Amino acid sequence: MQELEEDGILQPAMPSCWCQETKPHKFCPGCGHGIILKVLGEAIDELGIKDTMVFGCDIGCSLLSWDLFSIDTVQTHHGRTTPVITGMKRANSDIIGVAYMGDGGGYAIGSQHLFNAAVRNEKITILLCNNCNYGMTGGQMAPTTLPGMKTETTPYGRDVSETGYPTKGPEMVAAVAPEGAYVARGTIANVRQLKGFIKKALENQIAGRGISFVECLSSCPTNWRTNAKQTWEFVEKDMAGFFKVGELRGSEVKEG
Amino acid sequence: MAEVLLQGEQRVFMTGNEVVAWAAVAAKADIMYGYPITPQNEIMHYWTRLAPKHGKRFLQVEDEISAGFTTVGGVMTGRKAFTATAGPGNVLMQESANMAEMMRVPIVYVVQQRGGPSTATVIYAQQETTLTCFGGNGEGHRLVYSTATHQELFDYTIKAFNMAWTYRFPTFVLGDGYQAKMRESLTMYNPEEKGIQLVKPVPLLGDTTKPERQFKHLRNTYNTEDELYKVVMNNQRDWDNMAEKVVEWDEKGCEDAEVILLTHGIVARSAITAYQQLRAEGKKVGFFRPITLRPFPGKELKEAIKNAKKLLVAESAYGQFLKMVQNNIFGSQIEIVPLLRPGVGITTEEIVAEYHKLS
Repeated sequence: MQELEEDGILQPAMPSCWCQETKPHKFCPGCGHGIILKVLGEAIDELGIKDTMVFGCDIGCSLLSWDLFSIDTVQTHHGRTTPVITGMKRANSDIIGVAYMGDGGGYAIGSQHLFNAAVRNEKITILLCNNCNYGMTGGQMAPTTLPGMKTETTPYGRDVSETGYPTKGPEMVAAVAPEGAYVARGTIANVRQLKGFIKKALENQIAGRGISFVECLSSCPTNWRTNAKQTWEFVEKDMAGFFKVGELRGSEVKEG
Repeated sequence: MAEVLLQGEQRVFMTGNEVVAWAAVAAKADIMYGYPITPQNEIMHYWTRLAPKHGKRFLQVEDEISAGFTTVGGVMTGRKAFTATAGPGNVLMQESANMAEMMRVPIVYVVQQRGGPSTATVIYAQQETTLTCFGGNGEGHRLVYSTATHQELFDYTIKAFNMAWTYRFPTFVLGDGYQAKMRESLTMYNPEEKGIQLVKPVPLLGDTTKPERQFKHLRNTYNTEDELYKVVMNNQRDWDNMAEKVVEWDEKGCEDAEVILLTHGIVARSAITAYQQLRAEGKKVGFFRPITLRPFPGKELKEAIKNAKKLLVAESAYGQFLKMVQNNIFGSQIEIVPLLRPGVGITTEEIVAEYHKLS
């Protein structure tokens, strides 16, 4: 972290692995991506892995992180970040590979990659931002849209008899990944805990134990059409009510 | 660790798939990513047997989309990575090929064509010609070698790695199920002993040997039309510059020919025999065969056919190669006689019979 005060003026607290030249970041006001990527940045700083890391971002809002870090970054195709980072790690195991994606990229178009990467216990870290909708394309139903929740493609609310229930990604990954996996679900409503999960996920990869997967409950006030109060209520009550926050696998891993 | 491989020249008798695996080892490929599909499976089978002996790796993934993208990832780290596929698998791999075109990722694909459309046959066709040359939402910025013999499978697989890493465009070796499965003899060699320099791969990012490196941000998404236009036109210029240097073809007897036999890939073998037979009978026949389909030897073809009256175009597809020919000789008045047999082999006898129908 940088010095907070420069020339008597309070500076924004940015992780040192954030790329200063590309700030402010490109996410909407109130979006959770910035919070997730900030704690990721802090974890990277603390672990000192910036120089061996490759950050891969998916398509959707997550792609806006393509120039966020002062770290080698590749922006891939929708759903394909998991295989790209997998391919890198398999070719050069010295790389710390982080795949960053949204719920659409991880649970819909790239679900086969997530599932099979988990089964193979790929030694990579996958971070998935769950904001209950497709943000970049204008707020359509996502695999994680809550029952009854209104989106552009479920204008009368998500009907579970037609579209099923929201995907519980960490539960799926935890169910299929072999020994050594680290799986957790954090939330932007508890950044200290979220940072701990992300840090453990990275440590799990550094130790070469297996796949590490963290779903991050996030916010999308732009498409949810919510004010600040409603946004936090949705994240803290509605989302957390359906998506249980906590560690699902590898909680015995000591915090660094 | 790595055994010394391929010293001197070795005369061998093997299937085309085995040849590709040996060629990849000879080209010093580091890693193969793959997904089973007939008729390319034995490339993986032989690679998985050869690879551990030479300190190389293999990863079997969940589908061809993943095979394509894991290969892209491997290439980006500066490793010589490749994959192989066919038919519907080739369809799925085009997504990664598009990313490779946009981001100039020197990926190598080996395609052993099978019947199409759909699942069709596992045997043979030339129906992936258009797909392999132009698949995706782009401009076909790639290099495609259409091989005809096992010797060429060996030579051009080695060359594919070299050209990919020289020009940074996705490079395809376009074979077919007949080449994949049949056995024939060829000479294998160590390319470096023959004076063929193997182009060294370089990391596009994630160079863990250089912690002090300047970080890179690589993307394939752009904000405005103008931004994209610049990128695509820059790639187009590079591709055009490459085209003149890499274009390859074979031609025989076109100078005084009245009829020219025009084919690519394995069908060219039937055509060359037909050409020899007809020439022996004193017929004024010529032979022309593009070896690179992308870039297509258009100028050379136009020159070769300028004195001829007819062009006999034979392919195991319904006009995919024919369209490329028509496109490239636009303006020529020559009569084109097509012999189009989608998913079916074409013999020398059939080409000769077709030739006799012309006069």
